[in-house]
Amino acid sequence: MSRIKEEKGFSDELIAFITEWKSKPGNLIMILHRVQQEFGYISRDSADTVALMLDIPLASIYGVLSFYHFFKLTKPGEHNIQVCLGTACYLKGGEGLVDEIKNLLGLELGGVTADGKYSLEGVRCVGCCGLAPVMTVSGEVFGKVTKDQLPGIISKFN
Amino acid sequence: MIHMKINGMPVEIEAGSNILAAAKKVNVNIPTLCYHPDLPAWAACGLCVVKQENSPKLLRACAAPVVENLSVITHDAELYQIRKTVLEMILSTHPSSCLTCGRNGTCELQRFAAEFGIREQPYEIRLTDLPKDTSTTSIVLDPTKCIKCGRCVQVCQQLQGVYALEFIGRGDNTVVSPAAGLPLNDSPCIKCGQCSAHCPVGAIFEKDDTREFVRAISNPDKHVVVQIAPAVRVALGEAFNLPVGTITTGRIYSALRRLGVDKVFDTNFSADLTIMEEGTELVKRLTTGVGAIPQITSCCPAWTDYMEKYYPDMIPNFSTAKSPMMMQGAITKTYYAQKANIDPAKIFSVAIMPCTAKKFEISRDENMYASGFADVDLVLTTREFARLIKASGIDFAVLHDEPADSPIGMYAGAATIFGNTGGVMEAAIRTAYTLITGEELADVNITAVRGMDGVRTGEVDVKGTKVRVAVAHGMANVSTLLEEIRSAREQGAEPPYHFIEVMACRGGCVAGGGQPYATTDDIRGKRIAGLYTDDEKSVYRCSHNNPEIKQIYADFLEKPLSEKSHHLLHTTYTERKIYKK
Ligand code: SF4
Ligand code: SF4
Ligand code: SF4
Ligand code: FES
Repeated sequence: MSRIKEEKGFSDELIAFITEWKSKPGNLIMILHRVQQEFGYISRDSADTVALMLDIPLASIYGVLSFYHFFKLTKPGEHNIQVCLGTACYLKGGEGLVDEIKNLLGLELGGVTADGKYSLEGVRCVGCCGLAPVMTVSGEVFGKVTKDQLPGIISKFN
Repeated sequence: MIHMKINGMPVEIEAGSNILAAAKKVNVNIPTLCYHPDLPAWAACGLCVVKQENSPKLLRACAAPVVENLSVITHDAELYQIRKTVLEMILSTHPSSCLTCGRNGTCELQRFAAEFGIREQPYEIRLTDLPKDTSTTSIVLDPTKCIKCGRCVQVCQQLQGVYALEFIGRGDNTVVSPAAGLPLNDSPCIKCGQCSAHCPVGAIFEKDDTREFVRAISNPDKHVVVQIAPAVRVALGEAFNLPVGTITTGRIYSALRRLGVDKVFDTNFSADLTIMEEGTELVKRLTTGVGAIPQITSCCPAWTDYMEKYYPDMIPNFSTAKSPMMMQGAITKTYYAQKANIDPAKIFSVAIMPCTAKKFEISRDENMYASGFADVDLVLTTREFARLIKASGIDFAVLHDEPADSPIGMYAGAATIFGNTGGVMEAAIRTAYTLITGEELADVNITAVRGMDGVRTGEVDVKGTKVRVAVAHGMANVSTLLEEIRSAREQGAEPPYHFIEVMACRGGCVAGGGQPYATTDDIRGKRIAGLYTDDEKSVYRCSHNNPEIKQIYADFLEKPLSEKSHHLLHTTYTERKIYKK
C-alpha cells in the first residue's frame, strides 16, 4: 500500500476508500468516481493501480470508463474551458463558440493544448439557461458570450 | 424432461436447453448471429426471435429456456419480415465489401443476406471509418466490419480468461478493442485466434500469408520444405465437404507436391521428437529430483505466452522442450540440410498449422533461430491452406494418398494425438513408462486422460509408482490447476501433480484458431475421434519406436537432452508484462 501511495500518488483517504469499497457490489464506478475526484481525471497509471488493487482486468475498467462520458481519460489543462451544449445554449450558438475556441487554441473537444494550459470540453446544461450561450473557464461562469469576446476571456486566464 | 411443441410438432427435451436446441430436434433451424453454442447466450442481435403461441410475446430462441407445454412458432410470414428487417438494419452499418473480405463465402451475415434475398438497403447507410489493427503477426481486427455480436469479447474473457478484448465506448461508438485504445500486440492477447474462429463476420481474421508462400514456391532459388501439424489432417477435409473427422494426411502430402513444394515432411515426426525430449526431461525430474515438479507442457505458444504474462512463477515448471513445429524447423535446417547436402540459407521452411499463435511463435525470441536462420519461415493456417488448394485447382477430395518424405516425415500414433486435449499427456506417458521401466506398456490406450472436461486429473500407475497427472484446455480453465500448485508450494506441501498438459484452445489444436469455421463441441468430438483412429491404425504407437526417431538420435542428436538437443530443441522463458505499454 505504501508503494501505491508513493509511486502512484494515491492519498491515504483514497486508498482507504478503495479498501472499504473493494468487495461491495457496484464498487467499480464508485471507486473510479473517487479517483477522478482526486486527480481530476483517470490516467492509465491510475487505471492500472485500480486494476491491481481490485484484482480485475484492465479491459473491464476501460469498458466502464469509456461507457460514461463523465470519466475523463486525459489530464485537463491548467484552465479547463467548458462550453455548454445543452439545448438552450446550443440554439443560441454554443457550437459556434466551440468552433471558435478550436480555432483560437488549436484544440479539439476533449483535447488539451500542447503547453497543458487549456483544455476544452462540451458539457450538458450548466443550469443558467437564461444566460445562454454559457461557458466556464476554471469554474468562472461567462454568460451571453459572443465569438469576439472569446480572445479576451481566454487571455484573462493566461 | 420438458415436453413442448415446435410449429405444432411435439418435442421432448432436457430441462435447461434453449429453444434453438428444441427446434433442432425436429430439424428446424432458427437463424442466429450473436449466439454461439460455445458461449452463454447474450441475446444481442434479435435474429432468432420466435413466437409463443397464443401470446403476443416474441422470444429470443437462443436465450429462452424450454418450458413445459410451451408451444412455439419459429417461422411464419411475420417472423420472416422481422428477421429481414433485423438483417437490413445490421447491413446499414456494415460495409458491402464482401468481394475483398477474408470471410467471403464463409461469413454468417453474408449467408443470411443471401438466404433472405436482401436486394436493397432501405436504411440510411452509416459506416465507421476506423483503422485496422494489424499490430500482431497472427490476427487482423477490422472494426469497420464488426456487428457487435459480442462473441469475441465473450471468447476472450470467458473461454480464454485473457481479457484482451472489451467493448469500449457506448451506443453507436462502441468498438471491440483492447483497453486504453492500445493495439492488440501491446495488450494481453495471446494470439490464440479463438476470437477469429468465433467471429461470424470478417471483423477478426487470420493474417493471410498465402502470397508469401506462392512467392517462395515460384522462386527457383528456394528449396521449399513443408511440415503439417497433427490437427490439420483431421480438419482440412471439412473445407472440401468431406465428413467431419476424416483423416486426409496422404492427400495433404499429395496436394503439397502438386503445389510445387520440394519436400513434404510432417510436424508429427517432431511431435515424436518432443516426446523423446520432454519425456526424458520428465523422467529426469521425477527420478533425480533435479528440476521443479510438476512439469508443464510447453507446445502451445498461446499457453506459453499466457504463462509468461500471468504465471511467471511457473517458469521453472515449464518443460524446456520447444514445440514440435519449432523442433521440426530447427532440424530441417540442420539435420535435413546436412543429409540432403543443401545450403540451409536456401531452405524456406513452411508450417501448416491449425493455429494463429504459431504465426507469432516463429519469431517469439532468439531461440527460434537455433539453426542460424529462421527455423520456420512461414506459418499458414488450415484455412489459408484450404484456400490455396482451391485456388490451385486441386481436386483435393479425390486425390490419391502419397507418403511423406524421409528422413523427418514418419510418425507414431502418439504424435498424431498431439492435436487433441490429453494427447500430449498420453503420448508422454507411453514413452515415459518405457524410459522408467525398460518395458513396453501392455495397453497404450491411456483412457484416463481422454475426454472433454475442461480440467481432468488422474493417476497413472508406472509399475507401482503413482504418477499424478492433470490436463487443462480452454485457457480460462488453467487457473484452478495453477492455483492448486501455488498454494501447495506456499505451504511447503507435496505438489498435487507430477505432470500437467495445457492447451489454450477448447478441445486442443483440433479446434485451434486457424481451423475451418463453425467448430462446436460436436465437431471437436469428431475431429478428436478421427485422430484416435489415426493413432490406432499406426504401425508404431509409441514415439520411441518410430524408426526415423531412432535414426536421428543415432546419426545426429546422440541422445535426448544431449548438448545438440539442448541447442536445437530446447528453449528458455522470460517473465513478460501483461501490457507491453
Ligand atoms: S487472439 Fe485470443 S487472446 Fe487475442 S484477442 Fe483473440 S481471443 Fe483474445
Ligand atoms: S469482432 Fe466479430 S465477434 Fe467481435 S463483436 Fe464484432 S462481429 Fe462479433
Ligand atoms: S491449443 Fe493448439 S491451436 Fe490452440 S493456441 Fe495452442 S497450439 Fe495453437
Ligand atoms: S442469436 Fe439470439 S439474439 Fe442473436
